[in-house]
Order: sequence, then structure tokens, then C-alpha cells
Amino acid sequence: MTAQPRPSKRYSVFALAKEALSWHMGWEKAWASPAPKKEYDVIIVGAGGHGLATAYYLGKNHGITNVAVIEKGWLGGGNTGRNTTIIRSNYLQDPSAAIYEKARSLYENLSQDLNYNVMFSPRGLLMLGQTHHEVRGYLRTVHANTLQGVETSWISPQKVKELVPIINIDGPRYPILGALYQKRGGTARHDAVAWGYARACSAMGMDIIQQCEVKGVTSAGGVVTGIETTKGYIGAKKVGFVVAGHSGQLAEMAGFRLPIEAVALQALVSEPIKPCMDVVVMANTVHGYMSQSDKGEMVIGGGTDGFNNYTQRGSFHHIEETLRALIETFPMISRLKMLRQWGGIVDMTGDRSPLISKTPLGNCFINCGWGTGGFKAIPGSGWAMADLMAKGEPGPLAAEFDMWRFKEGRFIDESVAAGVAH
Amino acid sequence: MLILECPCCGVMADETELSPGGEAHLKRFGPGSTDQEFEAYMFARKNPKGVHFERWRHAYGCGKWFLAARCTATLEVFGTYPAQVGAPPQDLQDKIKAKRPEWKGFQ
Ligand SMILES: Cc1cc2nc3c(=O)[nH]c(=O)nc-3n(C[C@H](O)[C@H](O)[C@H](O)COP(=O)(O)OP(=O)(O)OC[C@H]3O[C@@H](n4cnc5c(N)ncnc54)[C@H](O)[C@@H]3O)c2cc1C
Ligand SMILES: [Zn+2]
Repeated sequence: MTAQPRPSKRYSVFALAKEALSWHMGWEKAWASPAPKKEYDVIIVGAGGHGLATAYYLGKNHGITNVAVIEKGWLGGGNTGRNTTIIRSNYLQDPSAAIYEKARSLYENLSQDLNYNVMFSPRGLLMLGQTHHEVRGYLRTVHANTLQGVETSWISPQKVKELVPIINIDGPRYPILGALYQKRGGTARHDAVAWGYARACSAMGMDIIQQCEVKGVTSAGGVVTGIETTKGYIGAKKVGFVVAGHSGQLAEMAGFRLPIEAVALQALVSEPIKPCMDVVVMANTVHGYMSQSDKGEMVIGGGTDGFNNYTQRGSFHHIEETLRALIETFPMISRLKMLRQWGGIVDMTGDRSPLISKTPLGNCFINCGWGTGGFKAIPGSGWAMADLMAKGEPGPLAAEFDMWRFKEGRFIDESVAAGVAH
Repeated sequence: MLILECPCCGVMADETELSPGGEAHLKRFGPGSTDQEFEAYMFARKNPKGVHFERWRHAYGCGKWFLAARCTATLEVFGTYPAQVGAPPQDLQDKIKAKRPEWKGFQ
């Protein structure tokens, strides 16, 4: 088998100029697509953002590069390529704030780090307070964030109107009483995050193997030995499951159960319009949130279905509910046509916090349960998971997110802090 | 849109008329049980990609709870049945087995 060429050239303005002179014929493939080797030190199952970031930090922080990332479809084709790209770290509980803020701060320099433009746009994010209960909740979050070193503030309705001129602060049902504001929250380009990590992993010599579904997990004496795939058996010293909505299936292959249920979450975008909103707005009471993409589309997030679902499409009535909520918040969008709608399968845990954990099977690790809000966490989650997989024990970022917390009642309760799917 | 027949009042009910209630036939563990049993009852779920038995409430209808057998991968509904049973009725299980020979059966 001939060795696959690996990406080696740096992207820069000079590279662009040079390639322009040769009719852009010299660009390389961003990542190699090799056939699987017989064995790897580490196999990551799932080439979404979290799986790819785990592989990247295994190489970058721990020098482990004999790594394969196995993906049943195409990389970034799961929730990573289906989300509404909101990035924030204004969570209530300390372990959450720590990992989401780690992720947010890594996003700040991710384009430089990966040499790939992930279009991180810390444009500011508002979570509207529309009931007194919600206001009290967010004030509590602001205080918690202050103690955690996460920069957030509470702003007045007038300031909200100033930041978001298209908003109706008098709302027919729920006038806006203020907002939890994170100035350095925002968005990034979701595909680019997956592609950037994939390119960097490939350049370090890791194998990204797409169109390869994991069908079984092998073990000996309670320790994982490899995986059965549609491209044959691949041995591994360590295996990490990072498959979001399909975590229950992988756990079943490995012989354990998870506190997880898979449900559909959907999103939609409008036709593109001129720039009208340069922040992200979340309205949790009426249940909707919106931002404007660089192309001009209004990017809108809907609600989750309440029942188990693996179909990557959501119930129609949720679209109606979401749009009703957003039209009362932003009356000017009422005549916009919606262009596309899609769904993803999100992995929901009982306390709405993720698992970054050892499992009952030795040398087998799991990272899942990010549910409706894990895009923002990708760099921090990969960092923590790489640490766990390299050392076999969780570091400070992952320690609280083990799967045994449910048995012991150590919940990291974010279900109240995040009333809306995001 | 998902449509389920309520076995309590016989109405073909739209999803918007119903409230989902999660996995059916969970065995309840309370005081006196082990931590493992309680955790499994509270949090661990089968969450299958395929045949799923689940609880529904006819919330905006007769208000009663009932159970349904549904495929989570295709949204096909195999049937609904009253909630006062410990396991899915045998004829429903046979019907599912005929349609899905690879199904491992109710466990
Ligand atoms: C509509 C929607 C909107 C969202 N909005 C936001 C948001 O605004 N902000 C935010 O922070 N988060 C958001 N999220 C959540 C976020 O998208 C996810 O938490 C995150 O992308 C999960 O990344 P992942 O890498 O864990 O999973 P994924 O990107 O889903 O990757 C898992 C991969 O595993 C692969 N896989 C599964 N089974 C197998 C197998 N047997 N063998 C091999 N490969 C397998 C899948 O094909 C998939 O590519 C949203 C989600 C959805 C669906
Ligand atoms: Zn009824």
C-alpha cells in the first residue's frame, strides 16, 4: 500500500498569492483518506468535533499520534455539521463553567492554532430575561460567573434595544426585563471546526477513516482490544466513543448502559437578508433563539422532541412554535421565507451535563451527553478527553463528569440554567 | 406527524394532543433497594435504535396514560395498548417479530 500524501503546506496570504499565480492547481487535499492499519494506540469512534478535537489534543498535548478516527458517514456529518453554532460559557455550576470557558477561550485562537479559519466571531450573546423568575435565575448566574472568572453582566432593557434594534422589548406576552450578556460569546463556522481539526490531525500522521461503521467492540479480561467495523477488524490499546446520539449503541456493543436518551433537535434558516442583527439572542421563556450568518440568513434553533428518535428530522409543530416565539420577539421577521430545515440526534443525560468518563470496560472511554449544546464545548471537551485517554485518569476539567455521578447523586444540574435547546 | 390510537378512548390522536412519557415497563425501585438498582431505574435507559416500548399520555384528550410500541429509526408505530400490564401483549410482540425478524425481543 502506498503512503497517502499528508497535508503539509501552511495556509497564508502568501500561499494564496502563490497558488493564484499557478491557477490554484497546487492545493493539496486537506486530509488523507488511508485504509485502516491493523492496530493503533488509540481509536476514536466518531469524527464529529469532539472526536476530532480529542485526537488533535492527544497529538498536540500528549505526543500520541498513532491514532485513528473512525467515522461511519462523513466527518462533521453528525451534530457538528447540523448545529446553530452558538458559543457561550455562562453556565451556572462550577465544573460546567470551567470546561465551557476553557473551550470558549481556546476558540479565541483556534484559527491560528489549527492554521484554518474557523471564523470564530465573539459578537456578543444575550439571554433575555422575560419573567421575574428568569431574571432572578440569570442574576444568580452572573454572580456565579463572576466567582468563576467568566465575564458576563446583567444589562437593562434599554441596553438590549441598543444592541438589538430589531427587538420588540414590550413583547405582547413577555416584555423584556433585561438580559444576561456575555460579550465574548458568539458563533463559529461549524464545518470549519471539524475540517480544521481533521486537517491538523492528518498532518500529525493520524488516520481519519470515513465510511467505516463500528459494528462491535472486542475485549479480553475486561479490557478493550479492538473494534469490528465495516472495513474489518482494527486492534487498539485504547478506544474512545465520541458518537453523540449513537452513544447508547456503542455502549451496548461494549456491554454497558448509559443514562442517555437520543432525541431529535431541529434548526432552520431563513432566506438571506441584509445585516440586521450582529449579536446572538436567546429567548428561553418563549423558546427560540436567533443569530444572523455571514451569508445573511437568520439562523434559528428549535425545540427537542420529547420522545426517543434517531431519524434526524424533528416534529413539524416545533417549527411553528419556534417561529411564533421569534415573531413576537422580532416582529420584522414575520414575512421572511424559511429556506431549509434539518434535524440532529442529540444525546440527553438526566442532569443535562455531559459524560467524559472511564467506562466499566477497561481502556475504553466515553465522551457524550453534550445534548443540545456541545458545539461550544468542542475544544475544551477534546482537551479534557485527550487528557483522560492519555493518562487513564481524568484531569481537573473532566473529573466531575464521570458516569458514576448518577449513582452517587452528584448531579451537575444545568437543566434550569439552560431552559432552551442550543 | 406522529399519530397514535389512544386505547383508552379510541381516538386517533395527533402528537400535539399527546405528552411523551419515556421508556415503558420500568421496574420501580425505592427505599431498601441497592444504589445500582435505584440508579438503573432512575437514569439508565435502553434507548434502542429500533423497537421501543414507551409511555404516552393523552394529555389534551381523555387524560389517560397508555403504552405504545414504535420504531425510533423509522417512526413506524406497531401498536398501542393499555398501561396496566407488566410486558407488551404477546400478539403485539409477535406482530413486531414478523415485521422485524432481527429484533431481539422484549427484554
Ligand atoms: C439542530 C441543532 C442545533 C444545535 N445548536 C447548538 C448550538 O447553537 N450551540 C452548541 O454549542 N451546540 C449546539 N448543538 C449541539 C451540538 O451540535 C452537539 O453537542 C455537538 O456537535 C456534538 O458533537 P459530537 O462530536 O459529540 O457529535 P457528532 O458531531 O454528532 O459526531 C458523532 C459522529 O459519530 C459518528 N458515529 C455514530 N455512530 C457510529 C458508529 N457506529 N461508527 C462510526 N461512527 C459513528 C456519527 O456519524 C457522527 O459523525 C446543536 C445540535 C443540533 C442537532
Ligand atoms: Zn384517550
